[in-house]
Amino acid sequence: MYKILKKRILAPDICLMEVSAPRVASSAQPGQFIIVRVGEKGERVPLTICDYDPLAGSVTIVTQRVGASSRKIYALEEGASFSDFVGPLGLPSEFIHEDEESLRNQKYLFVAGGLGTAPVYPQVKYLHQKGAHVEVIIGAKTKDLVIMEEEMKQVAEKVYVCTDDGSYGFKGLVTAKLKELMESGNTYHQAVAIGPMIMMKFVTLTAKEYNLPLIVSLNTLMVDGTGMCGACRVTVDGKTKFACVDGPEFDAYQVDFDEAMRRQTMYKPQEAEADHKCKIGLKNG
Amino acid sequence: MDKKTRVPVREQDPIVRSRNFEEVSYGYNHNEALLEASRCIQCKNPRCVAACPVTIQIPQFIKAVLDEDMPGATSIIGKDSSLPAVCGRVCPQESQCEGACIMGIKHEPIAIGKLERYVADWARKNKYTPEEEIKPNGKKVAVIGSGPAGLACATDLAKAGCDVTVFEALHKPGGVLVYGIPEFRLPKEEVVDYEIDQVRKLGVKIECNVVVGRTVTIDQLMDNEGFHAVFVGSGAGLPKFMGIPGENLNGVVSANEFLTRSNLMGAYAPDSDTPIYVGRRVAVVGGGNVAMDAARTALRLGAEVTIVYRRTEKEMPARVEEVHHAQEEGVAFQMLTNPVAVLGNEKGWVTGLKCIRMELGEPDDSGRRRPVEIPGSGFDVPCDVAIIALGTSSNPLIGRTTPGLEINRHNGIVANDKGVTSRPGVFAGGDVVTGAATVILAMGAGREAAKSILEYLGV
Repeated sequence: MYKILKKRILAPDICLMEVSAPRVASSAQPGQFIIVRVGEKGERVPLTICDYDPLAGSVTIVTQRVGASSRKIYALEEGASFSDFVGPLGLPSEFIHEDEESLRNQKYLFVAGGLGTAPVYPQVKYLHQKGAHVEVIIGAKTKDLVIMEEEMKQVAEKVYVCTDDGSYGFKGLVTAKLKELMESGNTYHQAVAIGPMIMMKFVTLTAKEYNLPLIVSLNTLMVDGTGMCGACRVTVDGKTKFACVDGPEFDAYQVDFDEAMRRQTMYKPQEAEADHKCKIGLKNG
Repeated sequence: MDKKTRVPVREQDPIVRSRNFEEVSYGYNHNEALLEASRCIQCKNPRCVAACPVTIQIPQFIKAVLDEDMPGATSIIGKDSSLPAVCGRVCPQESQCEGACIMGIKHEPIAIGKLERYVADWARKNKYTPEEEIKPNGKKVAVIGSGPAGLACATDLAKAGCDVTVFEALHKPGGVLVYGIPEFRLPKEEVVDYEIDQVRKLGVKIECNVVVGRTVTIDQLMDNEGFHAVFVGSGAGLPKFMGIPGENLNGVVSANEFLTRSNLMGAYAPDSDTPIYVGRRVAVVGGGNVAMDAARTALRLGAEVTIVYRRTEKEMPARVEEVHHAQEEGVAFQMLTNPVAVLGNEKGWVTGLKCIRMELGEPDDSGRRRPVEIPGSGFDVPCDVAIIALGTSSNPLIGRTTPGLEINRHNGIVANDKGVTSRPGVFAGGDVVTGAATVILAMGAGREAAKSILEYLGV
């Protein structure tokens, strides 16, 4: 069993959990994810890794209460345990293969949308430790839903917060902020966008206008997460890839986002999520 | 009694069972088993044993059944097989032991599989476990994958005194026995869980949720965790798709996904959190056991099901019994039919398979006559779910993360018939070496590798 060592509410319906999973903690790398399960009848739910501590043997995850399974996860309190906690899954971010020398001269821009802020954090932290220059755009619908701003500031040179309603930081979508940064003459060697599929699609369209190299992390449907089922298949550069083993990160310009978004809805009718109201300002995400 | 024909086995009525997930076959009762056992002529040179991948002493156990010595029969099978209740149910006996049975030349072969199942079910119901005297030898062995190959290997190693830990990537042990084969063919709690518990009773530890190659590498297991040898039995888990247009439409799933949702995640039952979609009409592409399992699962979930296969029934790789059961239950078969595209609607959901008629030409490498397209014979098979059951290939993860381990072009691990790989101390067997095959061949490979491991460890 995988015990919840700490639980902290970050925003309405969003919580952070530090979970005891020594094997995962000692092998996790930026860009990877895990799968959890609550109870014998529980679904296998893929979640991003927000942080990991090999010495403490713990992995930090962030989850949002949206459907039946995430409600079960959210309901677990400190001291309770996950039935299963497996990982790290997927390929680590490409940059972990680069040496410190070259990373030190790199300028990265991360675009994080909503819950996507969580998986951005370990990437920024890693790059910061290697001496890279990192800036982060965090987008949320409103002030209450901005998460991990303080943590991010510890590891990023600059953090730009955007809210749709202007209740905090820049008023507007992350794409508007990205445009503003590019228009005002900023340059980056590499950008990474993580968030809802529709946000990543529009960030890709915006980044393209500036020929900004962009990586996205795809949060597809999954069952096993080890390459066995193919539920996560996505079309990248005209070829079918499995997000769980070939990804989750891909070159944004090669991804067929419309197909990916359509495939995400495959089990929507079954998922009785009618009560879900999008909290991060998406119209159809 | 007429000894020429086998004692028939009682089965659930096809109409009734096509709507439930209870086991199809009831198996023999005591009298039926005695009667069938009495048909065995106790050959001096039993061809059935030579045809069994794990060399079960078949005439001996049948003799014990006839003598009503059930503990004896259990012990005889137990020497060679750790999963008799599984094998009695899912082995392709017609091409192995029963195919070789001398009685089968003029009459019907002995129902060896049904007798094996009878013995294993007796042992389980009577909680009989043969005593095993195990002397620890101080050697630690890691087994990767808890499917048939891994369990068979772990069993023999544990009996020889090794300290064995099995690492399983999923949350439940059993591999294909748990995620692939449905409840109506192989009951999970009653049969699979019990037989895995028997393996545990030998001292084998099973650690779930460990994806070797991600969570930990083979080198780490050997260098940091003190394992003296490793057996890789990680199976052939990667689904193959057809590579035709429309394959990523909503409603197109691999048989692996469909069966994993239903079997491992229990989505066939209403209390499971995992969703499954069957729609009204299902087309299953393929002719193997997995295709039959997917078709019969979809049928039980309420769909009208058609199997689309490019050759004829004769060439189908599925067990004869499974094809027969599927037909009885009302699965439709479109033979000599090959899909060339998946058709969809404006919302991106599958509406059918665009197919072409085939005819059989010259034999190919597999010895089966090669299907050839009949020009201009195109037609559509309407469906709202298409299940692709065209086989699986090896998971490349372990190969990619184990330096010095030779891999073939299908991502399979290269190993000889003794399970020896290019890496000293690393052994492999089962589907990860051969590509998708059967439970029993994987078990045979696991046993062979166990012998090689013991030899390597000098015990």
